[in-house]
Amino acid sequence: MIAELGHVALACALVVALLQAVVPLWGAAKGDAALMAFARPAALVQFGAIAVAFGALTQAYLVSDFSLANVAANSHSAKPFIYKLSGVWGNHEGSMLLWVLILALFGAAVAAFGVNLPESLRARTLAVQGMIGVGFLAFVLFTSNPFERLIPPPLDGQGLNPLLQDIGLALHPPMLYLGYVGLSTTFSFAVAALLEGKVDPSWARWVRPWTLAAWTALTAGIVLGSGWAYYELGWGGWWFWDPVENASFMPWLAATALLHSAIVVEKRGALKSWTILLALVAFAFSLLGTFLVRSGVLTSVHAFAVDPERGLFILGLLAIAVGGSFVLYAWRAPTLEGGGMFRPVSREGALMLNNLLLSTAAATVLIGTLYPLALELVTDEKVSVGPPYFEATFVPLMIPLILALGVGPMLAWKRGDLTAALSRLWVAASLALALGLIVLYLWGAPVGAALGLGLAAWLAGAVLTEWAERVRLFRIPLAQSIDRARGLPRSSYGMTFAHLGLAVFIFGAVGETFFSREVVRYVVPGDRIEIADRTLIFKGVETREGPNYQIQAGVFELDNGDVLQPERRFYRAEGQQTTEAAIRPRPMGDLYVVLGEPAGDGRWTVRIYMKALAIWLWIGGALMVFGGLVSLADRRLRVGAPAVRRTPLPPATAAVGEAD
Amino acid sequence: MTRKNKRLVMIAGGLAFLGVAAALVLTAFEDSVVFFHSPSDLAEKPAAPDRRIRIGGLVEDGSVERGPADGEVRFRVTDGNATLPVRYVGLLPDLFREGQGIIAQGTLVGGTFQAEEVLAKHDENYMPREVAEALKKQGYWKKEGAKP
Repeated sequence: MIAELGHVALACALVVALLQAVVPLWGAAKGDAALMAFARPAALVQFGAIAVAFGALTQAYLVSDFSLANVAANSHSAKPFIYKLSGVWGNHEGSMLLWVLILALFGAAVAAFGVNLPESLRARTLAVQGMIGVGFLAFVLFTSNPFERLIPPPLDGQGLNPLLQDIGLALHPPMLYLGYVGLSTTFSFAVAALLEGKVDPSWARWVRPWTLAAWTALTAGIVLGSGWAYYELGWGGWWFWDPVENASFMPWLAATALLHSAIVVEKRGALKSWTILLALVAFAFSLLGTFLVRSGVLTSVHAFAVDPERGLFILGLLAIAVGGSFVLYAWRAPTLEGGGMFRPVSREGALMLNNLLLSTAAATVLIGTLYPLALELVTDEKVSVGPPYFEATFVPLMIPLILALGVGPMLAWKRGDLTAALSRLWVAASLALALGLIVLYLWGAPVGAALGLGLAAWLAGAVLTEWAERVRLFRIPLAQSIDRARGLPRSSYGMTFAHLGLAVFIFGAVGETFFSREVVRYVVPGDRIEIADRTLIFKGVETREGPNYQIQAGVFELDNGDVLQPERRFYRAEGQQTTEAAIRPRPMGDLYVVLGEPAGDGRWTVRIYMKALAIWLWIGGALMVFGGLVSLADRRLRVGAPAVRRTPLPPATAAVGEAD
Repeated sequence: MTRKNKRLVMIAGGLAFLGVAAALVLTAFEDSVVFFHSPSDLAEKPAAPDRRIRIGGLVEDGSVERGPADGEVRFRVTDGNATLPVRYVGLLPDLFREGQGIIAQGTLVGGTFQAEEVLAKHDENYMPREVAEALKKQGYWKKEGAKP
C-alpha cells in the first residue's frame, strides 16, 4: 500500500511540475502577478510530493519489502540498518528518485528563500526548474519506476554489492547529487535572465549563493568519493581519470569558473554573457554526466546491464536542455549590455585568465572522456584514454593557473600593478624556489616533484601574504590587525581557506604521486617486511564473523608494537569477496596494508604501501569545502538578511547596502 | 582601452589557449591512447613491444601459477580461439577466478603479456555509475570486445 502511495505521489509531482513549468512563465509574459505567484506554492508542493515518494521507498527498504522488484534486487534482510537505508540510492531507480528529490529541494529552496527576488525573475526561474523536473520525473516514472511490484515476492533479496556496504555510500552520492543537481538552479537563473533580457550585478548576487552551495557540495562529494575509493578498493589510488570521475569533474571545473566570473559580474558588471554561458554549460556537464553514467554508452566499455531506452530518454532531455538553452542564448545574449572596462592586468583580467584556463581544462577532459566513445562509434576500434593523457593535458594547464592564482587576489580592480603585486609576494616566491631546489638537489627527486611542491608552497605563501596584507600585519599595531581580521567579510575568509585548501591538496597530490613506496610479497607467519624505514611482522591470519560476512584478518605487528589487521571479507548473501585495507594515517604518509589471496603452501600475498603525504589530500579538500561554507555564511549572501555595517555609511552607499 | 580592443584581447587570449590546449591534446593522444586487442588479434598481428595495450578474455582453467618471484602470478588468457600467456606482479582483484573474464593492461614482451594492471569482470547487477565508482576500479570493468 505504502509503495502505491509513493507511486501516486510521484505522479502528482509530475503534474505539479508540469503546471509549475507553464503557469508562471505565462504569468511573467502577461505580467499577471497571480499567475506568477503560482510558482512558489507549486515548487513547495512538488518537493513535498517527491519527499513522500522517497519516504515510501525508504520504508520499503527498511522493512525489507521484497514484493518491490527494486528492493528484492538490491537489498537483503540480513543487511545492517545503515546499509538498508543507504541502499535506497545504491541502485539506478532509487538514485534517480534521490536525483529528482534534490532537484525539487533546490526548487523549493528558491521558492522559500528567494523572497527578495523580483517577481518575474523568480517566476521564470522556478518555471525552468519545473521544466527540468518534468523531464526527470517522466524519466523516473516511465523508464525507472522504483515502485514496480514483484509477484510472487521472493523470500529474500539478492543483496547489495559488498563494496557499496560502506559508510561511503551513505555520504558520497547524496553529496555529489546536491552538487551537480544544485547546478540546475544556476541554470534556471541563467535561462530566466535570458528570458528577461537583463543581467545586472544584482542578478549575479542572487545567483552566487546557489552556485556556491552547489560548488561546495560538489567539492565535498568528489572528495568523499575519492577518499572512499582510496580506502575501499585496496589499490591506494585516489583519482583514476575514469569516465565516471570525469563526469563529476567537468561540472566542477565549470562551476569553479562560474563562481569566479560571477564575481566580475557582481563587482564590475562585466563578463555578463560569458557568465550566463558558463551557467548553462555547468549544468549541461551535469546532464552529460547523468547521461554517460546511466545510458549504457559506457556499457560498451563497462559491463553494466542497462536498458538502452533509458539512454535515449536522457539523451533526449540533454538535447532539449542544451539545445534549447543555447538557442535562447544565441538569440538573447547579444542584447545584454556590456559592462565596465578593464585592463588585462587587473583583478578582472586575472579572473578572466582563471576562466580561460579552467574552461580549457574542462574541454581537454571532455575530449579525453568522449574520444573512446566517438572512436568506437565511427571505427569500431576499442581504445581507452587513461591517466597519461590527462597528465599530459590537464596538469600543464594547471601550472599557469596556480601561478596566476597567487597574484590575482593582489591586483586591484580595473587597473592592477603587476610589479607591485609581485614585489609583495617575494616571500612566497623565495619559499617556493627554496623548497623546489631542496626537493630537486638535496632529495634528488624528479623535476615534477620539485615543480609541484614549489607551486604548492607558492600558492600557500601567496594566500597567506594576501591575508596579511589585508589586515596590515606587522605594519600597524597587532591589536589593530586583529581588529581588522575580525572585520574582514566571511566571503574573503572563504576565499582564503579555499585557496589554501588547494595549496594543501596539491602538496598531498604531488607527495603521493612522487614519494609513495610499494611492496608486494608472499609471506608466511613470522616474516618481516620492510618499507620506508618501517618494519612489519606478519603474525598469521585469523578467522572471525562479521554482521553479514566472514572475515579473514591478517595480523601485522608494527615496529612500535601497534597491530594492523587488513581483512578479506566473504559476503554470503551476495557470494562475493572484498578486501578491506588497514590504514595507519600519519602526517608524513599513510601505512596501507592489504591482505591478498592465499598463494599456496601456507603463503599469503600481501601488498604494503607507504602513501606519502596522502592525508593532506583530504585535509586540502576539507579546507576547500570549509572555505565554501564560510563564504556561504557571509551575511551579504543570505537573502533577506538585513545588511549590518560596523560603521555608519554615507547615504549614497547605504542604499546599495539595503538592496542586499 | 576601448571596448573593441578589450574584446580583441579576450578573443586573442582565448584562441591562444585553445591552440595550446589543442597541441597538448594532440601530442597526448599520440602516445597515451591504449588500444584493445583480443588474444586472436595478437596471434595474427603482434603489437609493438613498446606500445601499451589492453587485452581481454577468459582466464584459462588450471593455468594460474604463482612465483617464483614475490607476488608474481602467471596465467593464460583465452578467447576460445587463441591463448596468450600473462605475467603479473601484484594483488589480483577480488573477482579474479579461473574461467572468469578479465582485462589486463600492459605490454607484449617476447610473446608474454607483461600486465601492469589486471581488472576482473563485474557481475551483471546494474549499479549507477557514480555509486559503483568503486566497482570498476576494483576491476569490474569489461570490454565487450573480449569474446568468451
